[in-house]
Formats: sequence, C-alpha cells, structure tokens
Amino acid sequence: MSVLEARDLIIDVPGRASGAALNLSIEPGQRWAVLGPNGAGKTTLLHTLAGLRAPRAGQVLFEGRRVDDWRRRALAQRLAVVFQERQDGFPATVLETALIGRHPWLAPWRTESAEDLALARDALARLDLSALSARLVSTLSGGERQRVAIATALTQTPSVWLADEPTNHLDLHHQVAVMRLLAEQAGQGRSVLMCLHDLNLAARWCDQVLLLYPDGRLCHGPAATMLVPEALERLYGQPLAVAEVDGAPVFVPVRTKPAGAGSTDFCKGDD
Amino acid sequence: MAGAEPRAPRFPWPALALLALAGLATLAVSVAVGSVAMSPGQLWGALTGGGSGLHHDLIFTLRGPRALSAFATGGLLALAGGLMQVLLRNPLADPYVLGLSGGAAVGALGAMLAGAGTALVSGSAFAGALVSTLLVFGLAHGVGGWTPTRLLLTGVVVAAGWGAVVTFLLTLGPAERLPGMLYWLMGDLTYAGNPGLPWAVLVVVCLLTVPAGRSLNVLARGPLQAAALGVSVKPLEALVYVLASLLTAVAVTTAGSVGFVGLVVPHLLRLVLGNDQRVILPACVLGGGALLTLADTLARTLMAPQQLPVGVITALLGVPCFLYLLYRSR
Repeated sequence: MSVLEARDLIIDVPGRASGAALNLSIEPGQRWAVLGPNGAGKTTLLHTLAGLRAPRAGQVLFEGRRVDDWRRRALAQRLAVVFQERQDGFPATVLETALIGRHPWLAPWRTESAEDLALARDALARLDLSALSARLVSTLSGGERQRVAIATALTQTPSVWLADEPTNHLDLHHQVAVMRLLAEQAGQGRSVLMCLHDLNLAARWCDQVLLLYPDGRLCHGPAATMLVPEALERLYGQPLAVAEVDGAPVFVPVRTKPAGAGSTDFCKGDD
Repeated sequence: MAGAEPRAPRFPWPALALLALAGLATLAVSVAVGSVAMSPGQLWGALTGGGSGLHHDLIFTLRGPRALSAFATGGLLALAGGLMQVLLRNPLADPYVLGLSGGAAVGALGAMLAGAGTALVSGSAFAGALVSTLLVFGLAHGVGGWTPTRLLLTGVVVAAGWGAVVTFLLTLGPAERLPGMLYWLMGDLTYAGNPGLPWAVLVVVCLLTVPAGRSLNVLARGPLQAAALGVSVKPLEALVYVLASLLTAVAVTTAGSVGFVGLVVPHLLRLVLGNDQRVILPACVLGGGALLTLADTLARTLMAPQQLPVGVITALLGVPCFLYLLYRSR
C-alpha cells in the first residue's frame, strides 16, 4: 500500500523541457534517496510531492487522495518537510521553534499543552539540542540550525518525512545521528524521502533511490540496482571509484575516467 | 542542564495586566489634567455620578471622548504595525508602509483645501486610504502574483507619489489653512469626536486576529514553512492585509497620520515580551493605546493653550525609549 504516489508527474522547472514523467510509489518503511546534480530538480520535486508547488502535469496522491484536495492542516499532521532554506526573520528560541511543529495539531484557540512541550523537549534531546533550547535560533551555527529544523519536523510527528538535504552543514557525527534517526522513523512504519548529495550516506542508509538527470530524465529502483558506478558517473559527469567498506559501497571521485565506463545505458531499471 | 532548562512558554498575563493598568492610568490622567485640573477624588466623584457639573462636562463631553479616541487610535496603529511587520516579514514595516497614509493625506488635504468641514475631511481621508490600498494591492499583484518584497516596493513607490501630491497641495494652500493641514499631517486629535467607530473596529479586529496569533507565528517563518505546517497561507495573508489596512484607515480618519506608534510600539514590546504574536498583538493594542493617550495629554497641556501635534510627542517619548531597549537587547 503506497502512502505517497506520483502519477505521470512532471515537475515544473522553469525553462526546462518536460522530460520523463515520474511514476513513483512510496510505501511505509521505505527510505528513499533522491540523487542528482545541482539544478536537476530535487528540491522542486520535494516541494511538488509536499503539495507546495503545482506540477506541470500529472498528479501527486497522498493516501490515495490528490494532495491538493487535502486540507493543509490535515496534511501537515501526516507529512513534514525539512527545508533546505529557512527564514529566521524574527527572533525565536530553539524551544519555540521546535514547538511550532505542534501547530497542525492544535486548534486555533488552544495553546501548547504539557504533552506538546514534552514532545518538543524529547525532539531537542534527540538532536543534542537540549542545552541550547533557550538560545535564539539566529545565534546558532548552520549545523545547529539544521538540527533545529529536523527537531521541528520530529515534533510534528508525521508519517511521511520529506527532507531536503537533511545532512547539510552537519558534522560527521551528527550526519550519522540524523540518518540513524530517519532510519529509525522508517523502521517504525513511517516513510522517508530525502534529497542527498552524499552518495555514501545514500548507499548506507537508503533502500530506494531515485536518480534525477539535469535534462529531466530519471530512473528509480532498489538502492542496490541504482547505486552502480556507471549510472552515477553518468548522473554527475564525474568518474568514480568504488570500494566496499563496512558492508556498504563507498564512492570516491577520481581524476581520470576508468576505461570502458560512460558508454553504458544510463538507466537499466527505468519504467 | 536542569538549571538551564527554560520553562514552558507560559502566557504572560501579568505583563498584559500591567499594560492594561497603564492604559487605564493614562486614560484617568488624560481626563483629569488640563486647564481645569481635577484631583483623584473629584475624578472619582464625577465618574460615579456625583461631583460638579463642570467636572462632569469636562469628562463626558470634552476630555473623555478625546482620550478614548486617542487610546483607540494608538491601539489601531500599533496593531496594524505589528500585523504589517509579520505580513511583510520586514521589521521596518509600519502601517503606512504601503502608502496608505499618503492616500489619506491627499484626500484630507484636498478636502481642507476645498474648505470642507471636519466630517467631510474624515470621509475624504478614508476614501483616499481605501484608494491607496486597492492601488498598491492591484499593482503589486501585477502579472506574477504578489510577494512581500513586491508589495513593499510598490507601497514605498506609491507613498512617494502621494508625498509629491501632498507637497503640491501644501504649496497651493492659502496661508490661513496651512497650520491645519500641517497638524493633520503630523497627527492631531483636536477634532477626534466620537470614539465609537475606532473602538468598534479595534475590538472586532482583535477578536479576529488574536486567535490567528499562532498561525501568524508560523507565517513569520516564511510562506513555505507555514504551508508545510498546515497554514493556508494565501487566505491568511489576504486577511491580514485587509484588516491592517482597515485599522490604519480608521486610525488616519480619526487622528490624521500619527507617525511612529505603528512602527515602534510592536518592536518595543517584542524586545520585552518576545515574539509570540498571541501576546504581542493584544499587548500592541494596550501599549499603543497608552502611549498615544499619554502623548495626546502632553500635547494639549505642555504648552497650553497652544496645542502641539501629537505625532511630535509620540516620537519624542518613543525614540529614547526604543533606542535604550534596543541597545540593551541581545
């Protein structure tokens, strides 16, 4: 049973030909990685899946209903978005910021209850932010702000996570901590889709991969069939070396192109 | 970590109660002070039905309506400013940023130039404000739909246009009408008669916006984030725009374009109370009301019988206060 589905979806990237239509079905427990070079449309796809941006063609279904037909508040109780860019126009503390994750759950006249506060506190603790909870977000480092954004989504208790480069600005330890958190969410029956630039994080933590090419072509499938050097070299236009470390493939950019690569069909598993 | 753990964000009733008390105190002072001063005992006597006929008249027909008008106008302007700052996500926004006071000024000064009476000047100011609002909204929408930056730029440019027309009207004005026109431009409560309309608008808009406070908190983090958290962004933005314009139009109609209150009172309160709109919006109403009532009392007593434009006093009171708080803030 799919929770989030793209049907003949063509995202609206201004000034680009439509390319291939996306047919994708995200199921509970799956961890999707969206990979592609800059400008391939990863963020646009994520916003389109969240119903925040109209597609050029096709539709997005959430729990079987068109995403536009959902009331935003009901949708926000089920689907959280971690944005790549954030506006901190007015000063707010870390705890206040995490607490806005409860917004879709509260009727207009209600204030946050003790349980809401406990959820926010737990989320902050989970992302090592407890000591910073009284700090103004504007005084934090980029990585700390990134963790605050993830804590806000965790406080939202969604069943689907759409995360745009959730490991941006994070140090190695927190990259792993965030990937572990998202994997754990998937393990509890939720679905996770994240845009990533780090192939190795995708290889280690994701079970499904969608490759977005800058010309609008795409393909997707299980990580093992997608994360192969030929497809990835084609994707980024960058020669890669691959080795297996700690049970997962590790991709390293190399300076010279290995012989024989680059001529294979870019996507064997395309539908 | 237990010591550093912040408390649950609790609703600051004491701060709001204090502001309400300050508001009541400024109203009391405002009706008691003037050419005929009243002691607290005399004031109480007159309010409870006793006291002399003179005191009764002073309170209920002269100073009372004017003080209530001042309070409502201050509340309207501060609330409008607070709403505009969230809508445009720009701390420099004030109720006049979208050219509303310019439109109202052209209406009012035009009517004064034509020798119209108070009622017609007010009506003309309201019409001017309305025209300006529609003009800015329509132009800012343009072909591509409006964004805060576009709205702001359109408003600033339209305001500059109105400014030129105002200057033109002032040069046309005969010498005997100029003081009245200048007072109107700086804000003047001399002719603010019936406080019924501003109060009614203030109460209705409060009832509409305070429950939306949490949504506005989310909106302040940007439209995408707000939409992802379940806010219907476009309807909320349209509502805030219409209400803030209405508040400003009524305020301008009552007291001319009183500057400063709408820009600084919300910031002043944010520096003290934090940035939760559920707190800030009602606090703006009380704080703005108290500030303008106090300023108007000073405006008519400091150099009595000469009356000063109230806008001069709001700025003189507010500027040092605001700069001090800003200097102290993190």
